[in-house]
Amino acid sequence: MAPANSKNSDAFVRTEDAPILAPPATEAGITGWLWRNVFASMADYSSLGAGFRSLCVALLSVFLLYFGVTQIYALLDFALFSAVYSDPEGVKREACWTTEQGGVLAKGWHAACWPFVTAKQKFVLYGPYPMEELWRVNLTVILGLVGLAWVLIERLPYRRQVGFGMLTVYPLIAFILLTGGNSDATPGSIMTWLIAGLAVISVGRMSVRGYLGSFMSEIGQFISMIGWAVVILAVIRGIVAVDFSLEPVDTRDWGGLLITLVVAVTGIVASLPLGIILALGRRSSMPVARILSTVFIEFWRGVPLITVLFMASVMLPLFLPEGVNFDNLLRALIGVMLFSAAYMAEVVRGGLQAIDKGQYEGAQAMGLSYWQSMRLVILPQALTHVIPGIVNTFIGLFKDTTLVSIVGIFDLLGAGQSAIADAAWSSPVQAMSMYVYIAVLFFVFCFGMSRYSIYMENKLSTSRKH
Amino acid sequence: MTSAQISEQDLSVDRSRMNVGDEVMISMDAVNKWYGSFHVLRDINLTVNKGERIVICGPSGSGKSTLIRCLNRLEEHQAGTITVQGITLNNDLKNIDEIRRDVGMVFQHFNLFPHLTILENCTLAPIWVRKMPKAEAEQIAMKYLERVKIPEQAHKYPGQLSGGQQQRVAIARSLCMEPKLMLFDEPTSALDPEMIKEVLDTMVSLAEDGMSMICVTHEMGFARKVANRVIFMDEGQIVEQNEPEAFFNNPQSDRTKLFLSQILDH
Repeated sequence: MAPANSKNSDAFVRTEDAPILAPPATEAGITGWLWRNVFASMADYSSLGAGFRSLCVALLSVFLLYFGVTQIYALLDFALFSAVYSDPEGVKREACWTTEQGGVLAKGWHAACWPFVTAKQKFVLYGPYPMEELWRVNLTVILGLVGLAWVLIERLPYRRQVGFGMLTVYPLIAFILLTGGNSDATPGSIMTWLIAGLAVISVGRMSVRGYLGSFMSEIGQFISMIGWAVVILAVIRGIVAVDFSLEPVDTRDWGGLLITLVVAVTGIVASLPLGIILALGRRSSMPVARILSTVFIEFWRGVPLITVLFMASVMLPLFLPEGVNFDNLLRALIGVMLFSAAYMAEVVRGGLQAIDKGQYEGAQAMGLSYWQSMRLVILPQALTHVIPGIVNTFIGLFKDTTLVSIVGIFDLLGAGQSAIADAAWSSPVQAMSMYVYIAVLFFVFCFGMSRYSIYMENKLSTSRKH
Repeated sequence: MTSAQISEQDLSVDRSRMNVGDEVMISMDAVNKWYGSFHVLRDINLTVNKGERIVICGPSGSGKSTLIRCLNRLEEHQAGTITVQGITLNNDLKNIDEIRRDVGMVFQHFNLFPHLTILENCTLAPIWVRKMPKAEAEQIAMKYLERVKIPEQAHKYPGQLSGGQQQRVAIARSLCMEPKLMLFDEPTSALDPEMIKEVLDTMVSLAEDGMSMICVTHEMGFARKVANRVIFMDEGQIVEQNEPEAFFNNPQSDRTKLFLSQILDH
């Protein structure tokens, strides 16, 4: 019989602490990581079937590893290791020719021709924008980047004010810098609009105070808003009409990355507020708002973006009266904006659906108005839920801007493609080099948005631990 | 729990400030409401004076919650008149806003805003509805958080608090608007038994301060303790109402007797 307190006895009780041991090699450190992530799935040979499975996993791993490494190496070799970086003699296309093709590079050479991309750099980034005016584009982009960084970095002071400025003053500055301002609106017409707007505001004010009857008092706020919109538009037209002694640059001379950024940023910035309003409208209890929003959303979701762009650039001028001429870029911009707003609306609506009815009731019972409860209670929660969907739409929109090249606007891809057509740089690697460069540019922007969205998700979820 | 089991100590409530005034706070006159074709409130007539503590009980689906939700227009009634503080509830948003400012409400599921801290939850309405400066709103919020005995949680988020604490925050949040009347919609039904007491204690102390309140609850001990009137509803109608002693010891209608026997004897 075993002693009273042996480990084999049923009633074993520990009388001294068990030692704390180091973990086995399969748990900790690099060996642990390798074991868990690589070898654990191919180490079971206890039976014929398990052995077969482990062997298959091992073979597949080796094969995929080989495939991945060679592909990445091929890409790096093309873009970096074997690439031609300079063209010191100024021979252009011959700099990227092999001996077979009449150049100096070794037979079988196949890698990026960066002198070509460098030579086309200005065209790919700015399009035919006049050389001596490029500082205006650069200044716009730098201002935009500084403002954006200011808003996104949370340690900086006055983020709210800077953000407000980025949404109000910056577009105006950008517009004046890029186009040169100096529109041909006459002071007379601007004054007329200004006075009309002020008149509408005063009607709205009087309605709110109840001087014009109960029906008018209900829509008074709305009337005032329209009045303000007219006044703001008139002021903007006034500012734009001021002569800043900048050379006017027609949007036909814009191109490349500049166009991509203008279209994408406008689309992104406009689609979120428009989408929120449409989503709220679609869930509204007012039939008119609901029907209008639903019809709008379903219409824009029902047609492809290419159709929208075609309609905007080819069909729309047919319906406009003679002499009225909308800028081609502006038409495409509006098309993209409305199109993405419809998508955004459905993403936001998804977020609104996820909010418990109790949140609405809690806000209502405290006396918050509809707009207050949306702004302070519902939307902050709903939008947080759908950050992945929102950023998804942003990234999709950013890449969809390439479609504007179909209506004769040369975005990044369009500019790149027309650069490829330059016979002076004609070589077998010409197109590939340009496409790699454009792909990298797109990737940088899209990946940046994706990372920031992940950062936001993590930040917002830790601020409300459960 | 039977009536005999309610001890002396349970009933010890400071009634010195529980005065029912003459001023009418709420009058409901021939109120009817339908959900689709379902007649949920049938000819409700009720007057509530300032300082009254009313407990509404009844089987589920009897329209208790709907009744108090009609009082601040979370639900719309289709016939009859409801007057709160002299303001008649109709489609006029101004009237509704005015009433909601003066009537606090506490929900079964707390309905705190999870993206705001406890303090922000409490200051939201005073700042945006009463247009109070932030510092003043925070001062008031801290006062009421102390009142419900959780000032130390002010900078946490609702998700980090227990159910009982959340419900006390919800009460404090309502109090920050300094309401003249409090509505409680089954405030303890979603809580663990050990947390029910802390919430009920808060409600009792509120009653002791003379707050007018209407509570939908099945806490019969609470009804005995603080209510001056108990209303029993069934199938959308007020079937019986009486002072708590008489209501519990000598129910008149058969439906009340059945209901009381079901909830008290287990």
